[in-house]
Amino acid sequence: MFESIPVDWIWGLVGGLLIGTGGAVFLLANGRVMGASGIIGGLVDGSGRSSAMERIVFLIGVFLLPIVLKPLYRPFETHASENLAVLVAAGLLVGIGTRIANGCTSGHGVCGISRLSLRGMVATVFYIMAGGLTVVLFRHILGVI
Amino acid sequence: MQRLVFAFIAGGLFGAGLFVSGMTDTTKVQGWLDVFGNWDPTLAFVMGGAILPMAIAWMLTKGRRPIVGGEFPTPPEPKIGRNLVLGSVLFGAGWGLAGLCPGPAVASLSYGGWPHWVFLVAMLAGMWAAPMVRSQLDKAVPAE
Repeated sequence: MFESIPVDWIWGLVGGLLIGTGGAVFLLANGRVMGASGIIGGLVDGSGRSSAMERIVFLIGVFLLPIVLKPLYRPFETHASENLAVLVAAGLLVGIGTRIANGCTSGHGVCGISRLSLRGMVATVFYIMAGGLTVVLFRHILGVI
Repeated sequence: MQRLVFAFIAGGLFGAGLFVSGMTDTTKVQGWLDVFGNWDPTLAFVMGGAILPMAIAWMLTKGRRPIVGGEFPTPPEPKIGRNLVLGSVLFGAGWGLAGLCPGPAVASLSYGGWPHWVFLVAMLAGMWAAPMVRSQLDKAVPAE
């Protein structure tokens, strides 16, 4: 038990530091808040048209680096659900919810909490509570996920 | 051009971090949310690790300007409105259901297989529909 679990925590910390450094670069260099839902959503609804190239290049980086790192990393599975209804419902909820709340785990969570934003903290409490209740309901009560 | 180079570096660091942290593994995210099951605290390490450099970055913004020019983003009004709460609840429900949020959804596309593409398309559709949902919401129940 003590051989496998802490390794995940260490990788979590290392990955977190990389994520935060990415956010720091985006902020200090470009003056942008690194919120994934805002970056993607601005492309989808047209509100971010004036900075479209910056957004697209950012997302190419997000997509590409795992491809570069994968051969060097330990074997990796994402264990995603193969239930079509679950995937579609989840995607719609994440898409609509993050845009109505104006942020997700990276924008409200990482970038908001680190500047002691009340909005970021409140959003984070609510999406973690809703996520926890959803897992309880759909895993332990309904047995769907 | 400089702006695009920095955007690529930032995105690359973000993607690399999401990958090595394990946050594109949906069982680790759902494991964090599953306080009544086999609880997995990894996400707290990721969050803590990410908040640290970000907090330093916010401190460094004081009295400075972004490298490429312009201004740093001003803090939004500290208003806790219906949209923030309702949106976060909807987002959290979807996050718990699939174990994916917008960043990891993009980072995992090259290796997660077809379910990640289905999730992405649905998420994009949701983002596209969000302004309409919001205006319907405002019509039905004015925010405040």
